[in-house]
Amino acid sequence: MSVKVRIPTPLMKLTNNQAEVTAEGGTIADLLNNLESQFAGMKERICEENGAPRRFINIYLNEEDIRFLDGDKTKIKDGDEVSIIPAIAGGAV
Amino acid sequence: MTDFTDEQIERYSRHIILPEVGGVGQRKMLDARVLMIGAGGLGSPAAYYLAAAGIGHLGIVDFDTVDLSNLQRQIIHSTERIGMLKTESAKKTITALNPDVNVTLYNERISSENIRELFQGYDYIVDGSDNFATRFLINDACVMMNKINIHGSIFRFEGQATVFNPQDGPCYRCLYPEPPPPGLVPNCQEGGVLGVLAGIIGNIQAVETLKLVLGIGKSLSGQLLIYDALNTEFRKLTLKRDIHCPVCGDNPTIKELIDYEEICGTA
Ligand SMILES: [Zn+2]
Repeated sequence: MSVKVRIPTPLMKLTNNQAEVTAEGGTIADLLNNLESQFAGMKERICEENGAPRRFINIYLNEEDIRFLDGDKTKIKDGDEVSIIPAIAGGAV
Repeated sequence: MTDFTDEQIERYSRHIILPEVGGVGQRKMLDARVLMIGAGGLGSPAAYYLAAAGIGHLGIVDFDTVDLSNLQRQIIHSTERIGMLKTESAKKTITALNPDVNVTLYNERISSENIRELFQGYDYIVDGSDNFATRFLINDACVMMNKINIHGSIFRFEGQATVFNPQDGPCYRCLYPEPPPPGLVPNCQEGGVLGVLAGIIGNIQAVETLKLVLGIGKSLSGQLLIYDALNTEFRKLTLKRDIHCPVCGDNPTIKELIDYEEICGTA
């Protein structure tokens, strides 16, 4: 499956400033490996060493958080959109 | 019933003629108690418009002073106020705009020591802070004290906004159970921000606050609004309450307020 992946601002330096990339995979876990093969360093930024997404980054399949689907085993189909959303702190200063 | 002066009827006439607001809604705004955390990028537009709308009791928490580099986005302050406490500067602007607003200033750094006292007299907490330590503290206190948290954050050209309402939706820890370790994601002033972005997100926080006060529309509770300024895109993602959430879940493990290490910032 080939899907659109939305890259958050803090990770755009790994994608040559592209906010949107295309990646392949049958599940979210496959997709993360595919992203890593295209953009070295991506998986380490998104996942812990054990492969689970970091706790301050959420991954959404379309509008739904994969934690409430099947986690990284969540299946992906053509035309889906995946968003990677980290916590951002900024506001005042 | 609603007890306005002639001046108030004129000042709020464009609200009062809205069927969704009316005199009853305007009175709700004048009676509302809103606490603004931070008089910075998000707090400037949010507090300014909440004051214009006639929010009658507005608390402002900030311990910082106005700096020249703030003025690219912090429109409640001005060049002549450089060096002044942000709270004092914000009050001057608000009082000049709308003398109906009772402004209470707290020149304090928020911590587990004072947050309960700060939140006590308010129903709505608008989070315009700039660091994870404060955001997690605000979240936990809102859950424990059953206050509605109107959340906004900005980074470069991207903003996020939502409402964390303990009565009907998830909290910040349902999204992110704990703050990121330093260095992994940008915190505070790292990276810069398009000044106007603060205006967009701060004003979305103001709109959400007014809707909650008025009891109209559908709040952002349970949805994360993402604004991408470069591509002019608004997206909404679904947020769910996590039954394993350490603070609002079915078996909470966090029962006391935590001061995470503060590595920068204001408010
Ligand atoms: Zn929660």
